[in-house]
Amino acid sequence: MNIPRAKGAELSRRDFLRSGAAVATTTLAPGVTLIAFGGSAAEAGTDAGKRWGLLIDANKCDADCSACVTACSDENGWKGTGNPETDAQWIRKVTLKNTTTGRETSLPVMCQHCEEPPCVDVCPTGASFKREDGIVLVDKHTCIGCRYCMMACPFKARSFVHEPTTNQKSHAPRGQGTVESCTLCVHRVDQGGTPACVEACAATGHGAIIFGNLKDPDSDISKQLAGYSSTALRPDLDLNPGVRYTNL
Amino acid sequence: MILFLRFTLLCVLLIGAVPAAMAQDRSALLPDIPAATGEPHAEGNEYWRRNHMDLMRHDRDLTMREGNRKIDASLKGCFDCHAAKDGEGTIVTYQSEQHFCRACHDYVAVKVDCFMCHRSTPDGVDEGAPHAALVPQIPLKETDIQSVVAYLQQGASKTAEAKQ
Ligand code: HEC
Ligand code: HEC
Ligand code: HEC
Repeated sequence: MNIPRAKGAELSRRDFLRSGAAVATTTLAPGVTLIAFGGSAAEAGTDAGKRWGLLIDANKCDADCSACVTACSDENGWKGTGNPETDAQWIRKVTLKNTTTGRETSLPVMCQHCEEPPCVDVCPTGASFKREDGIVLVDKHTCIGCRYCMMACPFKARSFVHEPTTNQKSHAPRGQGTVESCTLCVHRVDQGGTPACVEACAATGHGAIIFGNLKDPDSDISKQLAGYSSTALRPDLDLNPGVRYTNL
Repeated sequence: MILFLRFTLLCVLLIGAVPAAMAQDRSALLPDIPAATGEPHAEGNEYWRRNHMDLMRHDRDLTMREGNRKIDASLKGCFDCHAAKDGEGTIVTYQSEQHFCRACHDYVAVKVDCFMCHRSTPDGVDEGAPHAALVPQIPLKETDIQSVVAYLQQGASKTAEAKQ
């Protein structure tokens, strides 16, 4: 059998139209289109008109709370194997201390979903990629486990899976020899949901993480960003991350 | 080449044997494909036998790259209908020869690594450590571990000497 092997990045228009995802677009008036996706708009998946992001308020984050980390681990099935130096960690609690004033701040750090992701620049196979809606992912089908991306990431956000895995979640396949990181819970976001960490943080009553579309000026997150000062981690690198912090 | 011949043989047998199997019992030469539940594929069994790998490769990119979660050839979706059970009625993992994805693959000597990452059963079924059936389970003996430790220590003492 001689089958043409299409690479992910080269999905042809024909392949796309042939698939179940065929999209019917009707132009109603210049600039106004109606896109029918066979179902509701929430199933549309990636959309360049969106950019998903998080806004983390360090003042609201409790130093003794790690509900977001636990929720992420439960949702995506990563857990310690007793080797803390190499165990996967998609999100971690970090404590910053201002050595002059002694003020301590606690905050969660995960993949910052950069607009200019260094991990994507260095990937030799194209496995590390950014979706149209700004979510940075590892396509583990093409990941060869070289770990260049882990070295390129200024936030130490990626992990390498060292041990064989069992009982993975069906929505979060993960296996030995590949790199992984926060996916912003794509499997939920694609279906109109919010990431597990955001939900868990809200459930504790802290409400320190807001999730939303940075390109929609009416979204909660955009309004907060417009109204209050915020910062990116390592703003000097000009990566324009989708994850922002206030009260650092 | 051998793979190809075997595959051709399988196809010939699978296709050719359908009318024959109706007359007599299924040939013992054919792989036993575990029965499925739910709606059969609109494209037919023959199409899926030949094309499932390409359908899945195509559709996985739709999910990964374009966030489309309503794909036809979803690997996790396969086990909604193709969760093969053993004699006791327990759902088997890819470790078992009775697993749906091994029924034909063992026969044609194909080995896939999908279950290194993906579940080979529906969510909720407990999968043991060797579920992905990738590496033969060779238990490490105590002496093996000792020899590795000895080797590493030898290296460490050499670096210590070099530093002095
Ligand atoms: C909605 C239920 C359902 C889903 C989901 C499903 N199948 Fe099937 N499949 C069936 C049924 C029913 C048959 C017919 C079995 C028969 O004829 O005995 C079948 C037949 C097949 C056959 C041919 C088997 C034969 O006897 O020759 C293959 C190959 C196959 N499926 C692969 C897959 C793969 C791969 C997936 C996942 C991408 C999948 N199926 C998902 C229900 C399903
Ligand atoms: C009806 C028989 C049959 C069943 C059931 C079946 N396969 Fe296959 N599969 C084949 C055959 C035959 C080949 C080899 C085709 C070739 O070499 O061209 C193959 C090849 C593949 C390949 C490509 C392997 C390679 O190295 O190129 C993948 C991936 C695959 N199958 C996945 C699956 C998965 C996943 C399942 C279970 C959901 C499954 N198959 C169930 C018959 C089957
Ligand atoms: C190194 C890990 C890894 C391996 C090996 C792997 N996958 Fe995946 N696969 C993933 C990840 C991660 C996703 C993304 C899941 C998501 O976003 O829901 C995925 C998604 C998919 C999807 C779309 C989601 C679904 O199930 O509906 C398909 C189809 C798929 N893979 C097929 C395969 C097949 C077939 C193989 C074997 C030839 C394979 N994968 C091997 C990690 C892997």
